[in-house]
This record gives sequence, structure tokens and C-alpha cells, in this order.
Amino acid sequence: MHLAYPAVLAALLFCTGLYGVLARRNAILVLMSVELMLNAVNLNLVAFDVWIRDTLHAGQALTLFVIAIAAAEIGIGLAIVLMVYRNRGSSDVDRLRDTAERAEPDAPAAEKAEVIA
Amino acid sequence: MSLAATAATATAAAERGFLSPTGVEITFVLVGLVTLGAAMVTVTTRQLVHAALWLVMALGGLAVEYLLLTAEFIAWVQVLIYIGSVVVLLLFGLMLTKAPIGRSPDADSGNRPVALAVALAAAAALVWVVVDAFRTTWIGLDGPAQGSTEVSGRFLFRNWVLPFEALSVLLLAALVGAIALSRKNGGAAKNGGAAKVDRTAKVDSAADEDSGTPGASGKEQR
Repeated sequence: MHLAYPAVLAALLFCTGLYGVLARRNAILVLMSVELMLNAVNLNLVAFDVWIRDTLHAGQALTLFVIAIAAAEIGIGLAIVLMVYRNRGSSDVDRLRDTAERAEPDAPAAEKAEVIA
Repeated sequence: MSLAATAATATAAAERGFLSPTGVEITFVLVGLVTLGAAMVTVTTRQLVHAALWLVMALGGLAVEYLLLTAEFIAWVQVLIYIGSVVVLLLFGLMLTKAPIGRSPDADSGNRPVALAVALAAAAALVWVVVDAFRTTWIGLDGPAQGSTEVSGRFLFRNWVLPFEALSVLLLAALVGAIALSRKNGGAAKNGGAAKVDRTAKVDSAADEDSGTPGASGKEQR
């Protein structure tokens, strides 16, 4: 098999996940997109491990580790999302801008209108 | 040895063009198209639960790709952990945050065009570089399986024992952390409902409110 096929598929999947992370509003959908990106990296790791055939099988071992870390990440991430949802009644990531820097301190009315909208 | 193998694969790839694909390659491309399509629907659909179900399809397609790359153990781990637990966790999360069942028109945030531009630019750059670099590289899938369960167990418990154990500790810590996070403000659900009602009034002072609410609710509980 040409190595280009899995590599191109992994690149495209990664960019799909990148789009999802940037464009989605619900935090759980952002987590799904992160899973897609991790899976793209896993596909790359497996393909290159099968190509290189080293005795340590570093690619496949790292893939297993990434899968376990993704499971841990999704557990912690969902716990955080649930906590934010309980506190705010919403899990939209672009509404959580309390720590954002105020761009123009002399225009508080416009800022407040934007926050409420 | 590695150099010799690389040279051998290079010569093997030189006589195998992209226009005469093998059966494995055809299968890989077809399953890859399905996977990519499912992933794209996952990140673009407006129905949140459907996104999770399409994610199942994308992850299952990736498991098939692992099988085609002879990484059999990882394929089954993928099915078990991703499809079996991660997607179920995501569905639980969707239900617990009261995700709307039908279409939700605000599933995408306002920076969608920017995200599309960034993703397209990244895709073009990555695909160009990858194709340019690995145009002539050939993976020999014949011979003994690279990722059967026996081989995986051997390399995992012979060469990777310490990272494996450290990872199990990390997983334990993460799960304990998740339990602690979701349990710490068990009493805040009542206040969450109250906070939701007058949320619009409190959004601009939300930082003060949120630092105050869990402590207050904890005191009330005790």
C-alpha cells in the first residue's frame, strides 16, 4: 500500500477536526472534533509504524497510549462541561468570555449589549 | 537494515504506480471516503445527537483502516474504547446538558468562515507536503502481521511496561478527578436552575456570582 493514502486521509481528518474545533459552539461538539483530530494522529502513527517496522513498535504503543489519554481527556472534559453547564445553564463555548479582555474600556454600553446578545 | 528496507520499499513503490492499485488500496480508499464523509457530517450537522452517531461511523471506519494496515489489536481497542465508551460518554454528556433533540440553528458559532478558511489552508498545506514527501513510499503489508494481539502484548509488556503503568496511574487520576469535579457541586444543580432564569441579568457580573454560588450552596447543604 502506498503510504500516501493513510497519510492523506489522516491529514484530511485532522483538518476536519480542526474545522470542528474552531467552528462549533457547543462544548461537547468541540470535544467530538478533538476526538477526530486524535484519531487522525493515531492513523498516522499506525501507518508509519507498519512502514518502519521497528522492533519496539513505538508507533503502535504510542497509539494505545493516545487512546487511553483520549479516554481520560474525554472524562475530565465532560466533567468540566457538566460543571459549566450547571453553573451557567449553557455549554456554549463562545458565551464563556468572562476572562476576556475588554477591547475598549470607554465603550461599556456596546460591550454589555454584545455580551447579552 | 532500516536503510536497506527503505531502499527496497522505494524500489518496490517505483514499480507500483497509483494507477494500478491493489485490492487493499481500493478498499482503503473506499473506507477512507466513508470515514471522511462521516467526519465531515459530524462537524457540520445541526442535530447534536446525530453528530455523535456519525462520529461512531467515522471511528468505526478508522477501525477498519487499522485492520487493513494489519494493526489488528489497535482496531479492536478502537472499537472497545472509542465506540464503546467515548461515544457513550459523549451521548451522556449531550443528554445531561439537555441538548435539543431536533435541529439547533446555533450549533455553529460566528467564526465559521474563518474556521473554514483555516481548515482549508491547513488541509491544502498538509496534503501537499505529505503527497510530495511520501509519493514513492511503499508499505509492505505482506509477511507476519505487525499488530496481532500476540505481537502487541509482547512489545507492550517487554519494552513499554513503565509507560504503560504510568498511563494506568494517569487514567486512575483522571477518573478520580472527573468524579471529584462532578461531585463537588452536587448541590449547585438547584442553584443552576435559579441562575438560569435570571442569567441574562447576571451575565456581566457572572464572575462574581459563580465564585459565590458554589460556596454558598455548599454551606446551605451542610
